[in-house]
Parts: sequence; C-alpha cells; structure tokens
Amino acid sequence: MWAMIVKEYRQLRRDRRTLAMMIVLPVLLLVIFGYAARFNVSTISTVVVGPQAEQVAAQLQAPFHVVEIDPGGDRSVAALRLKDGRAVVAVVTGRSSVLFLMDGTQLFPVETAESALGRMVQRAKASGITPPPLTVQILYNPKLITSWVLVPGLAGLILVFIGTLITSLGVVRERQAGTLEQLAVTPLRPWDVIAGKITPYLLVAAVDLVVIVAVGMILFHVPFIGSVATFALGAALFLLVTLGMGVLVSTVSQNQGQAIQLAFMVMLPQILLSGLIFPISSMAAGVRWISYILPLTYFIDISRGVMLKGAPISALWEPLLLLSVLAVVVLGLAMLRFRRDLAPSTRRSRTSITTHEQLAA
Amino acid sequence: MTWGLQSASVRFGQTPALTDVTFLLEPSTVTVVVGGDGAGKSTCLRALVGLVALSTGEARRPGRRQIGYVPATGGVYPDLTVDENLAFSGGVYGERGATLLDKSSATLERFGLVDAHSRLGGHLSGGMQRKLALGMALLHQPALLVLDEPTTGIDPLSRSEMWRIISRAAAGGAAVIVTTTYVDEAQRASSVLLLEQGRVIAQGSPSSIVGAIGGTLGVAHSATRPAGLSWRWGRAWRVWAPSGPLPDGVEPLQPEFEDAVVIASMADRRGEQLDV
Repeated sequence: MWAMIVKEYRQLRRDRRTLAMMIVLPVLLLVIFGYAARFNVSTISTVVVGPQAEQVAAQLQAPFHVVEIDPGGDRSVAALRLKDGRAVVAVVTGRSSVLFLMDGTQLFPVETAESALGRMVQRAKASGITPPPLTVQILYNPKLITSWVLVPGLAGLILVFIGTLITSLGVVRERQAGTLEQLAVTPLRPWDVIAGKITPYLLVAAVDLVVIVAVGMILFHVPFIGSVATFALGAALFLLVTLGMGVLVSTVSQNQGQAIQLAFMVMLPQILLSGLIFPISSMAAGVRWISYILPLTYFIDISRGVMLKGAPISALWEPLLLLSVLAVVVLGLAMLRFRRDLAPSTRRSRTSITTHEQLAA
Repeated sequence: MTWGLQSASVRFGQTPALTDVTFLLEPSTVTVVVGGDGAGKSTCLRALVGLVALSTGEARRPGRRQIGYVPATGGVYPDLTVDENLAFSGGVYGERGATLLDKSSATLERFGLVDAHSRLGGHLSGGMQRKLALGMALLHQPALLVLDEPTTGIDPLSRSEMWRIISRAAAGGAAVIVTTTYVDEAQRASSVLLLEQGRVIAQGSPSSIVGAIGGTLGVAHSATRPAGLSWRWGRAWRVWAPSGPLPDGVEPLQPEFEDAVVIASMADRRGEQLDV
C-alpha cells in the first residue's frame, strides 16, 4: 500500500493544475460564499416620478436608494425604468396617493422592499403622521414565483455547460488523438477549424435552449412575452462567448481531465456570481465586479428581460453590447491561442519558410 | 521541386532538439530518418511540415494542399467509420461528390480496407489504423508525404504491406520522408538520414553509408565481451577496430547496413563522423 501512496503523491505533485484546484477552489468558495452569497439586500435602486417626487424621495430611507427623481414623469416612465432594469422599485407619486411599482423578476430585493415599506408606514404611524394611501403593484411576476425567475437563468447556465465544457472536451479529444496536429498541416485555417468545431455545438445548444424554454413554459408556466428575435440575438451572442471560452479552456488543457477542471473553474463563478441565485446588489463591492465580467450576468438580464418583462431591444442594448464585447474578446483570445497551437512555425521571424507558392512567385 | 531543411535548428527552451540539420527530398524518392528514442526524428518531420518553429535555418515545403502528413500518434478519428474518415480527409482538401467517392473506393481497394469500410476507426487493429491513416494522407495525392513512424507497433506482414504502399506513392512522383526505429526498413530507402541527439551523424544512400565505414569490422564467437569496441549480435559479438588490426580471435566481416548504423553512432561518440 505504501508504494501506492507514494506513487499517487508523486503523480499529484506533478499534476500542478489539480493541486492548484484542490488548494485554490476552497479559498475561492470561501471568498464567494463569504462576500457574495447573501440573500439580504441592503440597497434597492429606486426611481421616483410624479408631482410629489422630490418630497417622497426625501422621505425614503435605506434600503431604498434613489437613483432618479423625475417630477414630470408618470406611470409609463416608471414602468419603463423597471423594464430596462435601471431600477427595482419605481415610485409614482400623485396628489393624494403613492404607487410603488416593483420588478417581480428581482425576488429578494422586492421582498426586502415590501417589508421595508411596511416598517416605514408603521414608523410614520407611531410618530403620529398619517402617510398617504400607498399601493404596491408587483410587475412581471406578481406572485413572485421562483421558477419564473430561475428558468430563464437556468437556460443560460445549461448553455454555459454545453458551450464551455462540451466544446473544450471536443477540442482536447482531438489533440489527444493527434488529429489536431494533423489538421494543422492541412489547408484548413485556424478559423476554419474553430468554426468547424463549434458550429455543431452551437446548433445543439440552440436546440437545447429551445427545449429548455419550452419545458419551462409548459411545466412551470413561465411567460414569454417579449420578442423571440431579441432573445435569439442575446442567446447567439452568449453562445459565442461560452463556446469561445470552451476553445480557450481547450488551448490550455493537455487532456480531458484538465479541461474538465478548468471548465469547472470557469463555470462555478457564473453559477454563484451572475445573479442567478444571489442578487448582485447584495454582493460585497470587492466581489461584485467579477459579476460584471461574466457573460451569464448579461444573458440573465436579457432572458429575464425578454421573457418576463417583454423588454424591447432598446431596453437591452447595454447587456447586448457587453455580450458582443465579451464575444469579440473571448473569441479573439481563443483564436490567438489556437493559432499558436496550429501554426507555430509562422510565429518566429528568424525562420525562413519557403513554400511551393512562394517559389512559384 | 525539392523540399527539405537547410541548416535547421530547433530548441525547446534551453534544450537543443535539432542542430544544423540539412536534407533534401527529391520527387519519387523515399528518405528514411533513423535514430533512437529522443534522437529528434519526429521533431525533424514536425519542423519540415511547420508544426514546430525553427530557431535558425530554412524549411522548404510545398503548400499545405500538397502535403500529406501522418503523425506518430495516429491520425485516425476513432469515432468515425473508415468511410467517414476518408470522406473527411478528402473534404479537407476540397474533394467532393463523385470524385471523392471514386478516390475513397480506390483507397479502400488499394489498402485492403473494403470489408472494414463501415467499421469505426477505433475498432480497427493497429495495422489497419496505420493503413487508414496512410490512405487518408495519400487521398489527395500529395507532392510531399511525411510519415512519422508509420510501421511502429504493427506486425511484420503489415509492415511489409505498408512499405509496398509507400514505395508506390514514391513511384507516383511524391517525395516521401519516413521515420523509423527499425534499421532494416532504412535499406528500402533511396536516402537515409541518421540522427543522434538532434544531429545528423550520417547521410546518404544505404550502400554509401556502409561504404563509408572506416576501420575494420569483425565477429567474435565468445561468451565474454571481447576487448575494444563491441556489441552483441545474436550469440556472437560484433567488434569494430577504428584503426589498426582486429583483436586476436576476431574474424573479419563485411559490414551490413545495421553494422554501419551502430558504427556511425560509436564514431560520433568518439568525435568522428563517417565520410559518406
């Protein structure tokens, strides 16, 4: 048995990536759970519109964080702010009443807002002040059904799984079989190889997405009230990023075990930090920035926006633009690394390469 | 058109993998690269086809459409059938439709794979896999055929068949370069490149390498190792005297190619080189 232990230890010592994962992952989990995994919401972005907007905004206390005051605005302006994701709560003030519109796609912030509102009213009454009649209206997910919020995000998560893990395994399998080396000597350009590798996965993932959304709609009665084209555009951009990440993972993995480990490292932050489970607004600022470089964060904005809120493309330009930037960056990096793998001899200037075409010229 | 390496060197970090290697590959010829493990055979081929960057020197190769390359690791998709492997290989080089079908059928016929056409690549025997890989590399009739240890690990009969196919490819006009660890295979080549630690220690036709051996070769039928430079040969000993007469009891012998390879290696370690 001793020989077995020694052998295993030596193998583990040389497998730096596994060792790093065994040490880094618990630290990563601790940081994520410690700073990011919080259900309690301390800040709720709020807009206040209507003739009494200034006065009402002045009375709002934490967790309400007023990001916009528009005395000339009305209910439609308030609803628009919720639809484009600029605020979770929109307060519409009238001459004698106040309407609180809340974005039902944000479960925890809405629950926090409701209870904070209740406390504010109680405090006012205790001080002998009679508050104006308050009406709360939850939009997009009035019953705050969890599955309505989770299904659009889960669709993205499944695409991350297919895009990153399955694609990286496909490329690494080619490298392990020695066929990638052979492809490097064929007329195929690196871009042809990447496009050829990811296109089937893109199609499978697209079919998968349709099935997931359909199942969500049929089993969980999740609404789909927005534009299919906008959703498809967001999904296509998101898939390009995840597939690019898969290729990127494959370029730094020598075998399928390493690819699985790395893909897991890429997927874990997306599960925990994208806003799928924990609200981004409740994460510590030091960790929150990670959320903003994760593609799933933006896909969740788009899928929830389109499916639950019916958000038009104009309201989603920001996540769509950021996904496009991520797609360009990730695919560009994947391309560069893949090119290095496939055509190393073209990288050094001192080397002279004479091909038949050059000689003929 | 002539292909090859000119004063080519390759380094992996601080380690030299190839040092000042030069060879030319003429059409309709077979060049065999011989050397022990780690001698630089695969690096030599990978440098030729552009898979590793040269630190200095020049690589002359045709355009990628004119190269057929089979790496030592296989080159066959285990989860595609024989037909599908050939279709992919042809498709990469722009073969389509009836032409591709005709070429695939001809390849199956020529390589004895007709009965296995619907079997998965991974379910073929080692020899059949190597034949399929060679068939895939030859499907587009390349001007330069580069084969990294195509016969390693396969039975003597299959080896012989592989060499028949390689010779036919050369007869068809291709410049062929093959690495091998089997010295006997080198005798089938028009030219041999003998590598040791990334350096060329002998180069030329098999007969010219044999003819370049200096000193005297002999055989000793003794149980114990004779004095001088010697190596086991069956139950006897081969003895090489670089200069001067053979030791007592050693009978002179006409060297064969395999002897020449061993002597070239010994001479190299003594700081000498065969004058081929």
